[in-house]
Amino acid sequence: MSRLQIELPGLSLKNPIMPASGCFGFGREYSKFYDLEKLGAIMVKATTAEPRFGNPTPRVAETSSGMLNAIGLQNPGLDEVLHSELPWLSEFDVPIIANVAGSTIEDYVAVSKEISKAPNVHALELNISCPNVKEGGLAFGTVPETAYEVTKAVKAVSSVPVYVKLSPNVTDIVEIAKSVEKAGADGLTMINTLLGMRIDLKTSKPILANGAGGLSGPAIKPVAIRMIHQVSQQVSIPIIGMGGVQTAEDVVEYFLAGASAVAVGTANFVDPYCCPTIIENLPLLLDDLGLYHIDELIGRSWKTEWTLQSSSR
Amino acid sequence: MNQLKTELVSQRQIAESIYEAIVYNESIDESFKPGQFVHVKAGGGSDPLLRRPISICHVEPKKHLLTMIYRAEGKGTNLLKSEVPGAVIDILGPLGNGFPVDELREGQTAVLVGGGIGVPPLYYLSESLQERGVHVHHVNGFQSKESVFYEEEFKEFGPVTITTVDGSYGESGFVTNQLDFSFDYLFACGPSPMLRALESYRSKGKVYLSLEQRMGCGIGACLACVCHVQGDTTALKYRKVCSDGPVFEAGEVVL
Repeated sequence: MSRLQIELPGLSLKNPIMPASGCFGFGREYSKFYDLEKLGAIMVKATTAEPRFGNPTPRVAETSSGMLNAIGLQNPGLDEVLHSELPWLSEFDVPIIANVAGSTIEDYVAVSKEISKAPNVHALELNISCPNVKEGGLAFGTVPETAYEVTKAVKAVSSVPVYVKLSPNVTDIVEIAKSVEKAGADGLTMINTLLGMRIDLKTSKPILANGAGGLSGPAIKPVAIRMIHQVSQQVSIPIIGMGGVQTAEDVVEYFLAGASAVAVGTANFVDPYCCPTIIENLPLLLDDLGLYHIDELIGRSWKTEWTLQSSSR
Repeated sequence: MNQLKTELVSQRQIAESIYEAIVYNESIDESFKPGQFVHVKAGGGSDPLLRRPISICHVEPKKHLLTMIYRAEGKGTNLLKSEVPGAVIDILGPLGNGFPVDELREGQTAVLVGGGIGVPPLYYLSESLQERGVHVHHVNGFQSKESVFYEEEFKEFGPVTITTVDGSYGESGFVTNQLDFSFDYLFACGPSPMLRALESYRSKGKVYLSLEQRMGCGIGACLACVCHVQGDTTALKYRKVCSDGPVFEAGEVVL
């Protein structure tokens, strides 16, 4: 078995590296740079029932070691994704994780039911944490009860395992994680962006037309690591980690915190080749660490010595 | 489009806060077209994180040289201006769609209108048009005398009118006060208010505008730089400035 192979609900990953939703479109642009089959999986752009234009521009602003975005879930809508984007992606032998967003539970249910039937969609990522749309999104992800309800409703109709994307913009992320686990979530993806703002000195107004936006990039990595470290000890479902991943070393840190796979977001904008580069570098880093298989790293930052010995091969 | 590790050949200040950088890489060739841009990584670290879109000012395909002119105003461009010859500059490009040079025929007239840091891409365009036998006029607008650049360089290809907002050099006022002659094509790059004012010149000839917008990826994936399509009642249609543009025919997108 490959040293990087990871088995997760619905996902047989040849390596645990995948582009994060919203940072890779539906893969068309990056397919001009490399073969998408190199990737472990692809988390495609959030899909809503109807097409959305999203927010006015400016939609991005830079911050120290990070960026703010307020795209506003722009996407061509369920029909177009089902009939154009997913069939195009089916030419590649790579599992797709479909990110689903909405403003009501009915929206989430309707989109999840249809999109989970697409043959190359192997899992759903329930986006209850987008900070950039007024209605829904984040509202579902910050209250344990609504997070539970939307997860349960989607689980009831989805043909594939459901991962829930958690927001870091909460007081107690463990509480939310536990409630979606209880609702039947097959896994967690974390973290979505942190709410932030930048203000233009010349105009004295926020740079983003939306005012606030979601902070991503290396600046948020320590926050994500801390949250995964916390959550992974309190739930028994796997976690796909994300937030500021740029290198193979970052990936290892996420695994040590408790992640079983890692998504790469903002770094794709800086270096279009960053995913394949990380995949190439991982075995070399495992050699340096004296490990054979990447799964030996999962949760090593908190697992006791005994558990580590019994789980190592 | 490719990721290139270019070598900085020369760098100099040519006006107030305006710098000209020339870089070398074997892959810099005829595939770099007037009106396209490159996405430049300033510094090796993660602050600033994103690349900077910088227009292509000039290319010497046989020598594999690319000239970029930029305004040093933020963290990234200020880092870039401190690079010295021999430094490796990571660029992604060429990106986007440029000006429709091939549409123009010998003997036609083109007016090139630039505003501030929108002036540089018109230089390579002007050279390309002049090589085709097109008569080229230039109207370049700046804030003040201190910010004027490339006046002599543009004169090689055709007459040049300079305007300054404060009247300290050339004609006083805006570029739009200096456009009372006929043309087949008008090409412009500059601030949005200038481009909006130039849209009405569609009645006189074909007008192409190069847009500027904050970008994330530069290749069409992140949807940071979208704009609406004119006359679209659904308000759902869009164009990406980075990959559908940055050059659009006037009337195509909402400015």
